[in-house]
Amino acid sequence: MTVTQTTDLLLEASGIAKTYGAVVALKSASLAVRPGEVHALMGANGAGKSTLVKILTGAVRPDSGTISVRGKPRVAHSPADARRGGIVSVYQEPALIPDLDVRSNLRLTETPLPNFRHWLDELGINGLDLGRLVREVPLATQRVIDLARALAIEPDVLMLDEMTAALPANLTERVLEVIGRQRGGDRSVIFISHRMIEIAAVCDRATVLREGETVGVVDVTPGSEERIVELMLGDIVQSMPGASRTAQDRNGAEPRLVVRDLTARTKLQGVSFELHPGEVLGVVALEGQGQDELFDILAGSDRPSGGEVRVDGKPVSFRHPADAIRAGLVYVAADRAEALLPQRSVRENIALPFVTRVRRWGPINLGREGKAVKGAIETLQIDTRAAREVRRLSGGNQQKVTIARWVASGIRTMLCFDPTRGIDIRTKNQIYVLLRDLAAEGAAVLIYTSELKEIQLVCDRVIVIFGGRVVGELDAANADEPALLRAAYNLKSDALMPEEIAAEVVAEAAAAAHPETDQ
Amino acid sequence: MSQAAPTVDATRAGTFDAIQSALRRNTWTLGLLVFLAILLVFTRLIQPTYGATGIQGLANSVLPLALAATAQAIVVISGGIDLSIGSMMALTSVVAASNMQDQSDLFSVGVVIGVLLLGLLLGAVNGAVIVVTRVPDIVVTLAMAFVWSGCALLVLRTPGGGSAQWLEDLVLGPLGNEWIPKAGVVLVLIVAAIWIPVSRSRFGLSLYAIGSNQLAAFRSGVSVGRTKIFAYMLGGLFSALGGLALTASTGRGTPVPGPYTLLSVAAIVLGGVSLAGGRGGVFGPLIGVVILQLIRTDMTFLKLDPNLATVAQGLILIGVVMLGSLLQQRRSRA
Amino acid sequence: MRAVGVAEDRNPWLTAAAWRSLFRDRPVIPLLALLGLLVILFELGPSNVSSAWAGGVFRAAVPLAILAGCQTLAMLTGGIDLSVGAIASASGFVVATLVGTTGLPAAIVIVLVAAGVAGLVNGIGVGVFKVHPLIMTLGMSLVVLGLANVWQVQRVQTGAGVPPAFRTLGSDVFLTVIPYSLIVFVPVALLILLGLRRTGFGRLLYAIGDNPIAARLSGARSWQVILVLYVISAVLAGIAGFLIAGLTNVASVTLADSYVLPSVAAAVIGGTSIMGGRGGFGGTIVGALILTVITSLLSALGYPEAVRQILFGAIIVAVAAAYTRVTAES
Repeated sequence: MTVTQTTDLLLEASGIAKTYGAVVALKSASLAVRPGEVHALMGANGAGKSTLVKILTGAVRPDSGTISVRGKPRVAHSPADARRGGIVSVYQEPALIPDLDVRSNLRLTETPLPNFRHWLDELGINGLDLGRLVREVPLATQRVIDLARALAIEPDVLMLDEMTAALPANLTERVLEVIGRQRGGDRSVIFISHRMIEIAAVCDRATVLREGETVGVVDVTPGSEERIVELMLGDIVQSMPGASRTAQDRNGAEPRLVVRDLTARTKLQGVSFELHPGEVLGVVALEGQGQDELFDILAGSDRPSGGEVRVDGKPVSFRHPADAIRAGLVYVAADRAEALLPQRSVRENIALPFVTRVRRWGPINLGREGKAVKGAIETLQIDTRAAREVRRLSGGNQQKVTIARWVASGIRTMLCFDPTRGIDIRTKNQIYVLLRDLAAEGAAVLIYTSELKEIQLVCDRVIVIFGGRVVGELDAANADEPALLRAAYNLKSDALMPEEIAAEVVAEAAAAAHPETDQ
Repeated sequence: MSQAAPTVDATRAGTFDAIQSALRRNTWTLGLLVFLAILLVFTRLIQPTYGATGIQGLANSVLPLALAATAQAIVVISGGIDLSIGSMMALTSVVAASNMQDQSDLFSVGVVIGVLLLGLLLGAVNGAVIVVTRVPDIVVTLAMAFVWSGCALLVLRTPGGGSAQWLEDLVLGPLGNEWIPKAGVVLVLIVAAIWIPVSRSRFGLSLYAIGSNQLAAFRSGVSVGRTKIFAYMLGGLFSALGGLALTASTGRGTPVPGPYTLLSVAAIVLGGVSLAGGRGGVFGPLIGVVILQLIRTDMTFLKLDPNLATVAQGLILIGVVMLGSLLQQRRSRA
Repeated sequence: MRAVGVAEDRNPWLTAAAWRSLFRDRPVIPLLALLGLLVILFELGPSNVSSAWAGGVFRAAVPLAILAGCQTLAMLTGGIDLSVGAIASASGFVVATLVGTTGLPAAIVIVLVAAGVAGLVNGIGVGVFKVHPLIMTLGMSLVVLGLANVWQVQRVQTGAGVPPAFRTLGSDVFLTVIPYSLIVFVPVALLILLGLRRTGFGRLLYAIGDNPIAARLSGARSWQVILVLYVISAVLAGIAGFLIAGLTNVASVTLADSYVLPSVAAAVIGGTSIMGGRGGFGGTIVGALILTVITSLLSALGYPEAVRQILFGAIIVAVAAAYTRVTAES
């Protein structure tokens, strides 16, 4: 590289840090984008990508660090501000007002109409009726409209945050083609995607984030995927003590939970597996591959469109989480905002399931309740110094409370959706130990985690989901992080499904997602 | 099914489709118009003497409520709710009445302008308090309802004051033809003069935007707080117009708020404005107001206890909202 | 309940955080201080604090506190019940017109059942059809008011008189300080206080208001809770209506309308959040007392009703803003 490189940069961010309370989202992130390049921003879940995007687009202010556009320092205070500064972003959720027609949405952002028409044509959508309400336009088309609107403003930096994740294949192709054509000009694109093939197809360079830090910048060339994965992984993972665990002999034992051909609209396409007593079964998937729907169905929050779920041999159909709880399936959510009563005490939070049934609405036996709650608090070693309001506890203690709730009432089968997201390492280990203990006592645990490193610590077996299907199953012994990450990206040759099929699955899913809107 | 279908569909969207979609979008309003027509025919059937004078009376009684409903519609479209509309009308009405009594025409013109500015100010206070304190709209406007009606009582302890003659002449009586009530013409002119330019402007779009999806609005570069304050200011302006209409049609100012807040909510819900924000307009609510008033009239003609009209208004309010939320649940499940 | 974690090493009285946590965790204490301050003001200012004055304040505060209890229960779930005014008025009025024909006990039962039905409809609307509670209860108040008016027209010949028992209960004072209405209020208040703290139903009210998703994921079916809540609220409103009729010795269909906004105000001042999940009846009682003392103070000072209204409004906004600030982030 030449010496004058820094002055040539279109966008430069360095030393960006951001903490939310006790959680460090970004430690020291940097990003340098040259004019005319398509730059990938990569990182595993929780690496800090989304925080960096929010900071660049003005939705969040950084605690420290500098950002400059074309050499001039600039910190955006709002998306409008960032827009004026030449940074425009497109998200997976289109930033269109559903109750306004397309034309009004364009006026709202002061988008020049001929430019918009031009880009819409380029993206393969011809003759869109601008008078249609956005609400009535299919979601995939909305995403393309959002992109065309951003392109029409001709921003210096166009940021695409997972915007292809839910596009049908043919539209994705057009989008990638159009993005590719942006190369070599004066403007740049920052491209965020989970799909390696897309990165390889359009990107010039990739910046890799890990645990809130920029750990490398890679020139994207054929074969650089391995290098990116390596950077995302970090240090070679040591073999964990849990890895030696082998699947127990289950001959004759009835599985606790049997899932057969489970289908949920387009998000799940025939998922089957079994969960045995005394087993911890891991689910590994990139974001949005259908794991949310799987857990929602098993927890009674959502209903499947096909397939069968059996608990202890009996077919079940849940209309409400209460039904699942009665069948012995209890659910621990990743998002503690979904599980906790933030303004209530630890005790009320833990004792909540005790009182939900109508015949338990009467006077509470405080002695008995106190004992059960105390037992659970001790089992999980919850720090109760700020017990009056759960929201004042640390994230780790909050998560322990959501688990304690079920421990207090006895667990047969537990569904854990990313239970260690955003909590400290010590608590994580405590939770893993607890899960193992529960399994040892005969409970069955189904756990989805984005922390691939820890799969071997806790699981006996792992299934990998991609595009709504189970694409692989590994024993804990083989499930080290590189293997899991490759399986999750559906990269490895031993994966069950070639990349093209996977892409098609995603495409079908997106196309069928809003069939009712195109009449 | 191929996912290309919708885009192909979109290409053939011509004038016909545009008309069709405009019709579809305004089904509710059209339905209301049809219902209103049926109601008018029904009224004529049960009371053959119902004619020009009836229309005249209807227009006069509708005017203040129609302006209140317009105020409420604007605020609700932007995702809020204003429970202080009745109080703001009372306050502006007594301010107008107490200052206009026995004054020259020129002075009373000044008073009218001042009262309209006062309305903008009251609305600005409502909006600013909501944005700054982040206390929910319902609580703030409920509390401000106390404040404004207290202020009204400070201005005039008992009904009194007077209206300028020209102001009364502006809304009372027919315009040329006996079938055309001035009140109706004034209403249409005011609403058209203020709402149509607003709704066509970028600000009007922002209004719908923050009510429809705040995150998308924020990402589209809309200043959410500022837009919200403007929405409440417009609400205050229309409340002031409603207050002036009260003064003009009764010839005095009444410090005790009428039932306008509650009825304005009923009217906008009936008029197709979604309480969740972002959907609806002001013309549906205007028709809603006329319908609510006409039902009351019909009940007197039918020799029914007029109090049953209150029951009917309540039932309509509940029924329409229940129907709306039922449809929404059905739709989100599908 | 577990003790609060006031394990800070620094002098807890000097830190802003300590004050914040005082307001956040025990709002009743600063509210009682405010009440005391108002009483001192009264003593220093317009008149002397006498036992007769106190009796009058208590007597006036009781019906307000019961109606504010309705708001407290509804607000804990994130709702509001604006139909309490209409239901209370109608209850007082209908009993007054019925008592001559059916006798008092039967009249009370009939009226409370009718109130319960109105509450049930509220509950079905809010809980099952997910109608916004504000709209549902506003609509219900129109319906109840209209029906009460119809009833009035029908019954105009029979005439109405507030039953003497209600007058004693509502307006008489025992030993110059203790109003007879406490006979009704104490059991009601105990039921609400204990019900909120010590019963499963109370826990669920808080849970649904604090986080409906969490309540659902824990197995609670919120429509059941909301249904029962609005029935309770309507029945309480009916009881308050009896007391108001006795207090004023008037039976009118709009008698309790002026109580609706103060009832919300008392609950808000008492620290119950309109967003749900936070608050309790203890604070509400103090809130009702504060409002009553302010009213008495202002009228003793010769201020008109207008000033009271403005002050009430300003207090609601100020208090709600303060709570929003204090409880916004930990």
